[in-house]
Order: sequence, then structure tokens, then C-alpha cells
Amino acid sequence: MQTTTYTEVISTRALWGGGRRPLGASYGKLMMWIFILSDALTFSGFLAAYGFSRFKFIHSWPEPGEVFSHVPLLGGGYPMIYVAFMTFVLIFSSVTMVLAVHAGHQMRKNTVVIYLFLTIIGGGIFLSSQAWEWYHFIKGEAGALQLNDGSIVHFVKPKGVRNDEPVYEKISLDALSGSSGRAVTHTLPELKRAFEASPGVQLRMANQTVLPHSQGDAVFAHAKAVVRGANLVKNEYGLPQFADFFFFITGFHGFHVFTGVILNVIVFLNVLLGTYEGRGHYEMVEKVGLYWHFVDLVWVFVFTFFYLI
Amino acid sequence: MVDKGTAAIWKVFIVLSIVTLAEVLLGIYRPEFLTVEIFSGLISLLDLTFILLTLYKAYCIVWFFMHMKHEYSNLRLTITLPLYILVPYLIFILLVESTYVRDILKL
Repeated sequence: MQTTTYTEVISTRALWGGGRRPLGASYGKLMMWIFILSDALTFSGFLAAYGFSRFKFIHSWPEPGEVFSHVPLLGGGYPMIYVAFMTFVLIFSSVTMVLAVHAGHQMRKNTVVIYLFLTIIGGGIFLSSQAWEWYHFIKGEAGALQLNDGSIVHFVKPKGVRNDEPVYEKISLDALSGSSGRAVTHTLPELKRAFEASPGVQLRMANQTVLPHSQGDAVFAHAKAVVRGANLVKNEYGLPQFADFFFFITGFHGFHVFTGVILNVIVFLNVLLGTYEGRGHYEMVEKVGLYWHFVDLVWVFVFTFFYLI
Repeated sequence: MVDKGTAAIWKVFIVLSIVTLAEVLLGIYRPEFLTVEIFSGLISLLDLTFILLTLYKAYCIVWFFMHMKHEYSNLRLTITLPLYILVPYLIFILLVESTYVRDILKL
């Protein structure tokens, strides 16, 4: 909201020589905007690359709703709930941040302190939620069978009918072998015996077609390994590319959140010390605020393209 | 003490919350009438809804939380114009090539 009016006439040369501010923003704020522009292009590149891989492997790409369905205390089977919670936390921390910036414009130090503190707490909650989600993704849920060509086969049972098509639910390796939910490393022969002893269980191939139990022998003949959890080379949910993009994009975003929390803490301490009070303005709060909103903005897109679509 | 600026911030927060809630509900229930594919199978109506709602949320965050609305139009264009040009180009080229690679490799 610059309402300064320049009455003197200045030449174009002076204007673009840096003497005046053609964009009406201070150097620091302008550079934060330029940084955000370049960072936005980086994230666009990541998400577009994700789109490339997804469309390339469209017939065998994992269903995100099936991968991220864990909620603390409730267990699996609740898609979207947890990530929706994370999204709300980040949006809310964005609100407290903008309230801190607003209070800064009015030089209300105590209000800035309160809202910045809430923003830092929000960032902390988001980061711990992300750590929890990574933990579950890495640990794995049901486990799967990997074939020689690298594709993933899940064990499923019919669950009902939706839109005139049968719906299946995943059967975990633990349930299949009747073990007590403790992490058991299955060997292939062990798994094959457990599968043969459970006639109701069917096999879902990587391209989502479900084979009847009787074709189990033919599938097991091509089996390579038992896969549990996900890392950069193996992924029980489907293609390893899915896990790679998950680690890379949410990891890079999480690193931004982490950086944002550190910047917020530094500015928070400076507000407490009265640095900006002495300076006469709270523009530094505004600058880290821009960065923090950008982190929220990126999450809005990650949320849509990774979890919704 | 709620001044005009603060009230506006909370208003934007309510809008963002409602849009997010709508997205989450659509994501959980995936209503059948929205799963139809449009533009000759390019995208489903549901996914298009998600993308439009996301762009609306992005607009709210940048324009009101980042105060882009109150910046000079010089600054607004400096930051947004490269994105308007480069991002659609990037998406176009990568998605077109991805289907080409899929067809040629018969994946």
C-alpha cells in the first residue's frame, strides 16, 4: 500500500539506475519475491516430472488413497483424513503468520510475539506429522510380492461392489500367515504355503487386474522377493518411482518448512529483543512471512497432485 | 480489538478452510457423476475440479496473505508473468511426451 507521491520529475535513467524504487518494494522484499519465483519454478519442475512418470506408467501407478490411509490411534483405512489435518495445520499457521505481519505494521510488539509463536508451533506440528507419515510409508503396511520383472503383486479379498465393479481390500502378509502383527520376515516358500492355505485370497497384479486363487502357482513361478515397506529401490505399494517422488517432493517441501521454522525462530527472538522496534519497522517479519506463505502455497499443490488426484 | 485488516484475514481463512474441506470430502467420496472423463478422455471432471479449487486457493494465498493485491502492478507482473508462461509450457511438453513414451514403449 504505497501511497507516496513523487512531485519531482525524475528521468528514466535515474529511475532504472536504482535511485528510486520502480517496483515500490524494498530491496530485501523484492529479492524474497525473486527467490520465491525461482523456487516456484523448481517445484513446478518436480510436480511436472511427477506428472510425466504418472502418465507414463498410468496403468500401474499406485492409488494414493490406498497408500496414505493411516491415522494415528485409528490405524489404516481412512484415506485423506491425516493429510487433511496436516493441510489445515499449515493453512492455520499461515493465518497466524499474516496476523503477525499485520500486527507488525501497527507496531504492536506483543501481538507479533504471540502470533509468531503460534506460527512456529504450527510448523513444528506439521514437521512431526510429516515424520510420522514418512515412518509409516517406510515401514510399510500390508507387504507384497515382487515378480522377476520388478512389478508388485498384492494379496486381496473381495469386499463389495461399487459402481457395478467389484472392490477388493488388501490382505497383509501378517494376516495371510496368521501371525500376530509383529514384523515377520517372510521367505518366498513360507509365503507360498500361507497363500495356498487361504483359498479366498486372490492376487492383484500391477496393472490392477485381479487373478483368481487358482492362478497362484503361475504367478509364484515368477516371484522374486517379498517386499515390505518402501525405500528408494523397493516399494510395496507399487512402482519404485512413486516412492522416489514421494521422498523427493515431500522431503524437499519438508526441508523448506524446516528452514522456515528456523527463520521464524530467529525473527521471533529478534522481536523479543526489540530489534525491529529499534529499527522502526517490522519488515523482517513481512519477509519471512512471504517465505512461510510460499511454503504453504507449495503444500496446497503437493496436496492436490500427490494425494487427491 | 478486531480491525478491518484482521477481519479480512479471518475471512480468507474461512474461504480456504471451506475449499479444503470440499476437496477432502470429494477426495474421500469421489461421487460417481464427477468421475466422467471430459475433453475426450484427457481428464476427469473430478480432477479438473481439484485443479481449479487448488488454483483458487493459490490465488487467495498469494493475493491476500502475501499481499500481492497491494503491490504495484510492475512487481505483480515481474513475479507472476514468468510463471504464467513457463509453467503451462512445462506441463504441456512433459505430459504430451509422457503419453508418447508410454505408447512407444507399450507400457
